[in-house]
Amino acid sequence: MPVNADAKGKTYPAYEYEVGKEKIREYAHAVGEENPVHFDREQARAAGFRDIPAPPMFAVVYSAGAVGPAVLDPEVGMNFAMMVHGGQEFVWGEPVCAGDTITTDTSVKDIYEKDGRGYYIFESVSRNQDGQQVVRGTWTNIVRGV
Amino acid sequence: MSVKVDLKVTPDKYLPHRYAGASGDFNPIHIDPDFARQVGLPSNILHGLYSMAQVARACTHAAGGDPRSLRRLSVQFRGMGVPEQEIRVTGKERESRDGAVVVELVAEQGDNQIIRNAEAELAIE
Repeated sequence: MPVNADAKGKTYPAYEYEVGKEKIREYAHAVGEENPVHFDREQARAAGFRDIPAPPMFAVVYSAGAVGPAVLDPEVGMNFAMMVHGGQEFVWGEPVCAGDTITTDTSVKDIYEKDGRGYYIFESVSRNQDGQQVVRGTWTNIVRGV
Repeated sequence: MSVKVDLKVTPDKYLPHRYAGASGDFNPIHIDPDFARQVGLPSNILHGLYSMAQVARACTHAAGGDPRSLRRLSVQFRGMGVPEQEIRVTGKERESRDGAVVVELVAEQGDNQIIRNAEAELAIE
């Protein structure tokens, strides 16, 4: 059965996330970040940041609410029992800092079949309150046995 | 000077729980060993994006610690990572251009590659 690519190009409502200092601290501790700029406002400002910066991979925290509904969309129709998160890319721009409001737009970038597997590629683009792009994410999910 | 990446970290037994709380991903395959075994996994497994965060951290560390140095990171997730086993992230420079270096990386637990074909672009002062 070929994959249904009808959802290719579909977009989802923008998702807004307010970045907090304590959430950055919690995330930074969980992934083992040790750079004091992620914990101490004075050190962050001394290093040239507007406020405490999030570690780059904090992108998953403010993007999740945007990408989740796309991944779960019945119109995309992934078979979750056979799905794996196959690949991930982030391209970073302006740093994300405590106090920022990040808005993320998500779309279905591509759906195709290769070697009996379905490839479902989602793209998220996140911008801060000044309209600066902070990250572009490409999320690749692979469904076996399509 | 050529950039070399080498980072070792051992996630403890409860790391997946802390990462679940920090990231919001409470999929039971990551935090419930009984559930994980019921669906055919050896135990609860690490979040792939946690492992990717270790690759990211290894990169910024190698570039001198500034989180702004990491411009791009792409990874492929393969074998499953598990808690309580050392993760080793290694990488070497492939090319250098326009004040940035491109580094190729893998993350392994013993012989098990949990991230492969990773590529990072790092700004180097």
